[in-house]
Amino acid sequence: MASPDPVTSTGADGPAGGDTAAEQPDRPPFRKLYRSPHSRMLGGVAHGLAVHLGLPVTWVRAAFVLLFFANGIGVLLYAAFWFVVPIGIGEPALGSEWVWAGGQFVPAGASGVTPEPLRKGRRGRLGRLRDLLQGTFQGEPVIAEQAVPGEPPAAASRRNAGQLAALLMLVVGVMWLLNALHLQSSQPYAWPLLAIGVGVALVWRQADDSRWARWFGLTGGRRRSAVARVGAGVLLVAAGIVGFLILQGTGSAVGSVVEASLAVLAGVLVLTGPYALRMWQDLGAERTARIRAQERAEIAAHIHDSVLHTLTLIQRRAEDPKEVQRLARAQERELRLWLYRPEAAAEAAPDTLAERIREVVAEVEDRHGVPIELVCVGDCPMDERIAAQMQAAREAMVNAAKYGGGAPVQVYAEVEGRTVLVFVRDHGPGFDPDTVPEDRMGVRESIIGRMKRHGGTARVRPAPDGGTEVELEMERAADD
Amino acid sequence: MTDAESVPDRTARVVLVDDHRMFRTGVRAEIGRTEVTGIDVVGEADDVESAVRVVAETRPDVVLLDVHLPGGGGVEVLRRSTAVMGEPGGVKFLALSVSDAADDVIGVIRGGARGYVTKTITGADLVGAIFRIADGDAVFSPRLAGFVLDAFAATDTPPVDEDLDRLTQREREVLRLIARGYAYKEIAKQLFISVKTVESHVSAVLRKLQLSNRHELTRWATARRLV
Repeated sequence: MASPDPVTSTGADGPAGGDTAAEQPDRPPFRKLYRSPHSRMLGGVAHGLAVHLGLPVTWVRAAFVLLFFANGIGVLLYAAFWFVVPIGIGEPALGSEWVWAGGQFVPAGASGVTPEPLRKGRRGRLGRLRDLLQGTFQGEPVIAEQAVPGEPPAAASRRNAGQLAALLMLVVGVMWLLNALHLQSSQPYAWPLLAIGVGVALVWRQADDSRWARWFGLTGGRRRSAVARVGAGVLLVAAGIVGFLILQGTGSAVGSVVEASLAVLAGVLVLTGPYALRMWQDLGAERTARIRAQERAEIAAHIHDSVLHTLTLIQRRAEDPKEVQRLARAQERELRLWLYRPEAAAEAAPDTLAERIREVVAEVEDRHGVPIELVCVGDCPMDERIAAQMQAAREAMVNAAKYGGGAPVQVYAEVEGRTVLVFVRDHGPGFDPDTVPEDRMGVRESIIGRMKRHGGTARVRPAPDGGTEVELEMERAADD
Repeated sequence: MTDAESVPDRTARVVLVDDHRMFRTGVRAEIGRTEVTGIDVVGEADDVESAVRVVAETRPDVVLLDVHLPGGGGVEVLRRSTAVMGEPGGVKFLALSVSDAADDVIGVIRGGARGYVTKTITGADLVGAIFRIADGDAVFSPRLAGFVLDAFAATDTPPVDEDLDRLTQREREVLRLIARGYAYKEIAKQLFISVKTVESHVSAVLRKLQLSNRHELTRWATARRLV
């Protein structure tokens, strides 16, 4: 009899779901202070603080506004938070990103909270204007609307208006602050200072949102625009400083100041350069290793599904050379296709779930000579995740055909909203996943591991009256 | 499956309707030993004409009806047998087919068959199904459960008609388990309800399917270019 596999924390008899929390070992600590990437007005500081302190966000915002009137401390505080506190997007854990939902961070896809793509249709003129403004600062469109998928258009445009107002108020506030700090006499300093401020904001905003990794991995246009933005920021700051110096009357000394600055800068670079380079390389190496490990797991799973099964069949039919040759040839062809022309393999596959699973069923039925009864409810277009799920389902069917004692295998696939469920049931003796040796890859890698890598879940449990049932659950990648 | 029903403390009179002699012989051999299974095969027929005649003459408890028959198919047999189906304790039909086409399945169910099983069913399961049908319950194969779920899934969004048209959460659950290949007994165990309750859920689904969801089913069939 099968019992729940501790590796997967599969609920043996409970209904689906409810165990997603236990399945996420790298869940970010909630109590840590993060800026909220979603539903923010400016930097997400107030929202993050509100969540951290458990206060209504309006209170925090009001506090900042009140503090602003105390000689602008509010703005300085806000800026300090903005610069110091990291934004709450965890290091994207390969394939899954953390999203902000229901007051906490949850892994996207794991619990049904997938950020929806931007809905172009319902943004008003205000929204576009705000996007333009924020786009200048952020280098990419705002993601606020992704955070609140079900939001009615009216509320969305209210939020747009709110964020726009916040941005305008920030600008006005900074001007006012500058006015307050350098009263009448030093009025001219406002402009260089403002230039410096905008420049710094540009650079910081660019680096915001934990986008460093993506930034360095950007291709073509986006990378160029990022570089341009940083360049503009640096130029603005430099211009501000020069203007400041000229206004102070030390314009004649600009040359020597620049010289000295450059010398110091060069010194700092020489001192810290090796460390920075080392860190950079380590980062790259670590990323490569992670990608490689994932790729290896994927290849191992595929080899197991195809080549190892064929070898087993060949062993069983060793006395029939024709059949052995046929199997070997078919396998060779398939493996070559998969290894060297993955795009052709993908093209050959049908593009809807029902067709694909029918094909898989027919293939397994043919090869293993065990009848498989398929019931398919609903349909949806294929995507990468569903393709992985189909591979896992195929493996489950092969297992059921091999160890199910020859009785018909029952497969049930259902598309319910965004969730795709596949059940594979056999009437065999059942087995205990815990007793399966480490080197047996079937269930652990080809089914459970594969589903996990693509953001789904797999459960293996005993069926009520004997046999084993494998349940595969996957969220669809995007709307059709 | 060793259901209580398969113990021959009672008997059911059955007519086999199938145009393949070999198949009839096989089924008779499998379930026809009255002293073991409690099934008494009282007649056979191989086309619509003979089926209607034999059923009218013998008045069996259950007719095992093939969907594809010369002379109009199982639906035609059902249409012409309404007289013997109507009365209480009348003849009940169980469709038994290799076909898994949706229009076949939905057609015979709408025609008045009380259940639908595919020919991959085991002898013991078939005996159990016959007694269920004789008792007035409905028997669904996994595939039929899938079709029904599919048909009703389309009606999820707009609450079209009265509640009668929609499957309850429980009925949906039961159908889903049938579609996953669970026997009634296993479903009862899984949902912590009695087998009788499972049967009544399935009967309720059948009732909704036959009577009240006409236009939804038409829409569904049209969408799939079945009619």
